[in-house]
Amino acid sequence: MTGRNGRGIDGGSGSSPAANGRPDRTGEASPLNTIGRPMRKVDGLAKATGRARYTDDIQLPGMLHGKILRSPHPHARIVRIDTSRAEALEGVHAVVTGRDMPTPYGIIPWTPDEHPLCVDKVRYIGDGVAAVAAIDEDTAIAALDLIDVAYEELPEYFDPHEAIAAPSGPYIHEPRKPGWSGNITKVVKLEFGDVEAGFAEADVIAEHDYFFEGTTHTPIEPHCAIGLAAGDGKLTVWSATQVPHYLHRELARVLEVDPAKVRVIQPPVGGAFGGKSEPFDLEFCVAKLSMLTGRPVKILYTREEVFYAHRGRHPFHMRYRTGATSDGMLTSVDARIVLDGGAYASFGLVTTYYSGQLLTAPYQMPAYRFQSTRAYTNKPACGPKRGHGSVQPRFAFEVQLDRIAERLEIDPIELRRRNFIGANTRTVNELRVTSNGFLECLAEVERASDWKRKHRRLPFGRGVGVAGSTYISGTNYPIYPNEMPQSGIQLQVDRSGRVAIFSGASEIGQGVDSMVAYVVAEELGVPLDHIRVLAGDTDFTPVDLGAYSSRVTFMLGNACLQAARKLKAMVRDAVAEEWEAKPREVLLAGGMALRAGDTGTSMPLRAAFNLAEAKFGTLGATGSYNTPKDVHGSYRGGTIGASPAYSFTAHVAEVEVDTETGFVTVDKIWIAHDCGRALNPVLVAGQMEGSAYMGFAEALMEEHIFKSADEGRAGLHNAPSLLDYRIPTSLDTPALESLIVESIDPEGPYGAKEAGEGPLHPSIPAIANAIYDAVGVRMDSLPFSPPRVWRALQAAGRGKAAGRTRQAVGAGRAG
Amino acid sequence: MEIVRLRVNGDERSCGVPAHYTLLETLRYGLGLTGSKQGCDKGDCGACTVIVDGRAILSCITPVWEAEGREVRTVEGLASGMETHPVQDEFDLNGAAQCGFCTPGILCSSVALLDRNPTPTREEIRAALAGNLCRCTGYEKIYDAVEAAAARLST
Repeated sequence: MTGRNGRGIDGGSGSSPAANGRPDRTGEASPLNTIGRPMRKVDGLAKATGRARYTDDIQLPGMLHGKILRSPHPHARIVRIDTSRAEALEGVHAVVTGRDMPTPYGIIPWTPDEHPLCVDKVRYIGDGVAAVAAIDEDTAIAALDLIDVAYEELPEYFDPHEAIAAPSGPYIHEPRKPGWSGNITKVVKLEFGDVEAGFAEADVIAEHDYFFEGTTHTPIEPHCAIGLAAGDGKLTVWSATQVPHYLHRELARVLEVDPAKVRVIQPPVGGAFGGKSEPFDLEFCVAKLSMLTGRPVKILYTREEVFYAHRGRHPFHMRYRTGATSDGMLTSVDARIVLDGGAYASFGLVTTYYSGQLLTAPYQMPAYRFQSTRAYTNKPACGPKRGHGSVQPRFAFEVQLDRIAERLEIDPIELRRRNFIGANTRTVNELRVTSNGFLECLAEVERASDWKRKHRRLPFGRGVGVAGSTYISGTNYPIYPNEMPQSGIQLQVDRSGRVAIFSGASEIGQGVDSMVAYVVAEELGVPLDHIRVLAGDTDFTPVDLGAYSSRVTFMLGNACLQAARKLKAMVRDAVAEEWEAKPREVLLAGGMALRAGDTGTSMPLRAAFNLAEAKFGTLGATGSYNTPKDVHGSYRGGTIGASPAYSFTAHVAEVEVDTETGFVTVDKIWIAHDCGRALNPVLVAGQMEGSAYMGFAEALMEEHIFKSADEGRAGLHNAPSLLDYRIPTSLDTPALESLIVESIDPEGPYGAKEAGEGPLHPSIPAIANAIYDAVGVRMDSLPFSPPRVWRALQAAGRGKAAGRTRQAVGAGRAG
Repeated sequence: MEIVRLRVNGDERSCGVPAHYTLLETLRYGLGLTGSKQGCDKGDCGACTVIVDGRAILSCITPVWEAEGREVRTVEGLASGMETHPVQDEFDLNGAAQCGFCTPGILCSSVALLDRNPTPTREEIRAALAGNLCRCTGYEKIYDAVEAAAARLST
């Protein structure tokens, strides 16, 4: 069931299946020519030669530069804004404030609580209040200094518990109903099965508190946008976004422009990870400033602005109670979670559901209850970061399992095996699970890491830990309710034999443009270099909802498969007619049309396409994908968390803990991930390694935190730079080994599921559990930084002077 | 505005830029060489890395006048004619570029490394790339690519 992270590559199409060297899942020779092989990316050469043009690489004639004035206060009423001195500055072409764009928006239609620029109030240090367009960046910066804003400061909330407890206003937002708190975005309480009866049956109950610190995406490309309003009323916005369709809608709605006149172009994006998955102030501002000046306007965030724009991982305060029988079978799980949401809702309504909904696999839970409350605080808004809403509870839960395994003296991999939920089943919260390769994932990491020889057997200071997880392959319901497809694709065939793919999906580095090319190459037998992918332009491409929720391979892949098969049917019909054969006897492979069982009969694909064009007229096809709508829970909120397929992951981490300094070194992470089928194993392994890297970073290094009042400026970002907000360098990052597991999902394209987010989850608890194995200390608060680990060691009497053997520190400990 | 003269990718170039411009700003906004990227503006991320007189340097914290009279090589100058540098080709083959934004800087650091050490160990590659942040890959595929390029260059 496993394939290794293959190296070596060929042109990508046309050679024999055997060259793949990988047996099919069924053990038969693979029928696939392209899918499953290492292949070049369609944009690989452009990216390796510096020719890929990102948003800030675009220079338009007469372009102005924009800058946004940001609030110095975490919570204040805007009393007055005077822009007259800025407008009078030579070189300034336009100044806008919140009053110029008064329509509120929000990525979730039920929580539209922000404006392009603040209208009445600022809610965090860094909230935008005015924007300037000037002949150059220096002039725009000078103009910001000339905007006079009078503020009236309001009470601030930085702690979510204090925000929730506030008995009366002024709240951060107006309460949505009289008597409600304006400091709460959402409360979700759901219960499945009889939780209390489950605890009554339990032989062992673990109850512990956990804290997951906030972290941010930190793409290397800062957000950038260019607006161009033309005299004919058309508005074009180029943006480093991962959701061009939602941006299209919101630009039209907020700026009151006919959506048919709005065009969003998404150039290659230099990393996103969820941090570019909703509209941001700069996109509205460049559009509005261009509408006022008639000239193109560009805004490029500084790195500091990227940190304040945020929308990253929510800090979670979690309490878990987990019951199990003496043979390690889970009986009941109860969770209480407080989410620190920051100043705006963003995706927070979904995050609040995800914090509970996505925990119910890969283990069987007879009973489960969660209560999650998302608070507003006067800090940059949190949102979706890779593994949206489920990375935090997964950390807590997998440490809970490690504690139970320890207490019951069951190997933690064995404990996870025993609780395996299985394939083709429903979770306790009624989510439909189809393919499930979790047991193979466990077996792979157990084997590759030499687990049995290492766990509880390494010398003091070294340890291994395991964790598992699941994640969605897209969401069954789109962000705004509608019955239309979630993904669409359009194919067009040229008389030269070239196939063009028009794709609305967002290439953010994950390889979606290549993925659709592989599908077309497979179905039509076209060499990869005869395929063009035109993507990310709402004027020319069908709608795809965006690069979020790990949805594109599953959804766009299926849409592309459908379109390619329609085209294939036409080509086979036309060739069959020519050969007086049956259509099913016509094979398309290796740039040729071939007759099955007749090696002497063939023609180049170009000729086959020409025959089809002669028979059917101009050749093209569309394909679309929509999710099944009957696979979710039957209760309110039961649609959230429902996905057409779930991926599964297991990690083993091996660590070394320096008891003198508290410094944790992660030597290696073994990553086994069930991606359904690896359409290109090199790209899948890249997603797995990038995910594990990012989880490792959250475990040991990253803290998106803010100064307190006694540090001088409450609400000021602690470290808004890539020097001080430490993300791992090559020297920090552990060795990462990808172990691809393929369960062949019945509904995924060629059986594929997601690989971009799931493999992040187990890194963090696997490292926590490895630290325990190494030094017998539980780390329940992130990150596991040297001061935290050192203090925990001191508290447990396991620092430098303490006992040196595991027996001295760990014996009989219930975790 | 100041007139600066640079030797970039073998060409003598001159252009007028504000006196405070860095080498990166001059390359990107003065000369249209947008391959070199700005990720942080203060020498933290390495996306702006170019090769000056054979050494990988951070162009975003190099005042442009410091580069005058020196040999500047950017990602656009790594290929010779139609032939890409083996590191560029191996980046494509090994999936070493995901979003690709850090890639130009990493390619320059890699080429500078291979020019002075044609047979680096994996540890030496790791050390040479310590100034280039990549947020996508976890670095493994990048090491694979540089190793493969070194092997190709030495045969």
